[in-house]
Amino acid sequence: MIAGALAITVGVTAAVGLALAMSRDLVRAVIGLVVLGSAANLFVFAAGRIDQAAPPLVPAGSESVAVLVANPVPQALVLTAIVIGFAIASFAIALVLRIQETTGASDSLALRWAEPTPRDGGDPGELT
Amino acid sequence: MISLATLAAMPILVPLATACVCSSLRDVRLATIVSRIGASAWLACNTALLVFAARGEIATIRFGNWAPPAAIEFRIDRLGALMLFVAAALFAISLLYPASRGRKEEEPSTQALLHGLMAGIGGAFSTADLFNLYVWFEVLLIGALGLVVRRGRPAELEAGFKYLALNLFGTLLLLISVAGLYGLTGQLGFRSIGAALAPLGADPLTKAYVALLFVALLVKAGSFPFYFWLPVTYPMLPPATQALFAGLMTKVGAYALLRVVGEIYAGGAADLLVGLGWIAAATMVLGVLGAAYHYDTRRILAFHSVSQIGYILLAISLGTRAGFAAAMFFVIHHIVVKANLFLVGGLMEQFGGSFDLRKTGGLHSSAPIIAVLFAISASALVGIPPLSGFWAKMLVVRESFVLGHGFFAVLALGVGGLTLFSMAKVWIEAFWRPHPADEDAPKSPPAPRALVACGALALVAVLLGVVPGPLVAYLDAAVAGMGHEGPK
Repeated sequence: MIAGALAITVGVTAAVGLALAMSRDLVRAVIGLVVLGSAANLFVFAAGRIDQAAPPLVPAGSESVAVLVANPVPQALVLTAIVIGFAIASFAIALVLRIQETTGASDSLALRWAEPTPRDGGDPGELT
Repeated sequence: MISLATLAAMPILVPLATACVCSSLRDVRLATIVSRIGASAWLACNTALLVFAARGEIATIRFGNWAPPAAIEFRIDRLGALMLFVAAALFAISLLYPASRGRKEEEPSTQALLHGLMAGIGGAFSTADLFNLYVWFEVLLIGALGLVVRRGRPAELEAGFKYLALNLFGTLLLLISVAGLYGLTGQLGFRSIGAALAPLGADPLTKAYVALLFVALLVKAGSFPFYFWLPVTYPMLPPATQALFAGLMTKVGAYALLRVVGEIYAGGAADLLVGLGWIAAATMVLGVLGAAYHYDTRRILAFHSVSQIGYILLAISLGTRAGFAAAMFFVIHHIVVKANLFLVGGLMEQFGGSFDLRKTGGLHSSAPIIAVLFAISASALVGIPPLSGFWAKMLVVRESFVLGHGFFAVLALGVGGLTLFSMAKVWIEAFWRPHPADEDAPKSPPAPRALVACGALALVAVLLGVVPGPLVAYLDAAVAGMGHEGPK
């Protein structure tokens, strides 16, 4: 039940993220990638199974956990992925704002400085 | 004397420490000195690892001394040690090459970013853990992005955005496929996933996750249809950094793919490898056509990088030990040759006045030494004996014929012909044809350091061509050590 709900959540989040990421608007594209990252994080979390809720703590004086506990590995993985995703998202947003500030462009089709438009007669254009 | 386990952590510790020190310095000259010391130390550690690996001693470290299923393991076998050594040697050579013509453009942060990039590359070549591989790809991505957008001009910001968007998508796919494989097997180590997947055979869900992993790594390797970040990004960098990117960035993806095919999903990937073969063919052809079309040296070379990745992917897709060895020979050859072509391209611009072939010329008389260096590297890229490219291409083509993939083999030879055409175009336009402008631009002779850097790489290309035996023997032993014997 809860696993099914989580599966649907991951699917919807990924779909929203992909739809936004394919947008020509730079800010939307970055937000889309961030949302897609959240879907990936949820998927990592779900990959460790979600049927146990007890915290994975080893009691004092013991070498292993006594009862069934939640899988700690995906929790560690997802924490790492969230931190990395946050750093990349901050950089991406700063980059997009900088692009808009210096060039005024907010449409990805307007980004033609590094890839000059070809000219007539098979001329590949010139990179400055 | 440090232990082998400690040495196994050095491929990331040394560049990370150097990056920390460099980022805290405000003086460019001091940062450059620290950077060179760090690069030398890295080269020394990686050389030591190569020596141990060649003797069959595998440097292994489990961080935090955790037991196998929970441990993040670095396992530097012959393959990893060779890549680490080549990366460190190329990094040292690229630092020798003058970073830019004016000191004004340099900042201490550049050195920190370079070492950050090297930490990512070192980690990716050392790790034996799939999730950890994802982490190193992200480290590498951030370091590379910083280097691309560093100067903040519109074209660089644009290249940074395009690079970021495609590669971030790739790392997200990587994360999803890693999680999927973890969900199936409960393992993260390359060899333990491999052991757990072996009995699953052709389970469709397994195949889907491995296919996703393939796609993620193909984005990183710059293959069709994901290569668009590559020809945009490379031309925006200074030549020394171009050499590093062209040498190492896509090779990390190809190397990881080899690990997946050889260790994680060995034996189960037949259908996927057929698809990879066709992707490799498309990459070879489209890359070389892009190169034939363009007139900017930097873009020509970047498109050749795409095309040559096609050969490496073709060799991996053959799925045999000989194919893997051929792929690795090609990787080493291409790192040396393509890095040198970008460095020589920088010298050609310095002398001819432009990267655009239509605005330069006459270099064979005005700068014969550059002509010699270019001729060696370009011939090696095309695959003319007795240079490294001849053996690299011969190993790939021969193994394709042996396995009955005659079409791919003939295609690879045809792409070689187009590569020759494209290199001949550069040669005719930049070296033979007289310079279009009449006035003699003031030219300073190339810095001796630049010539040493290019000369060293050209010498390696010649040596690999004249005596390929030791490398081939080493690689045969390296690929024989791959596979999923199961966790120890």
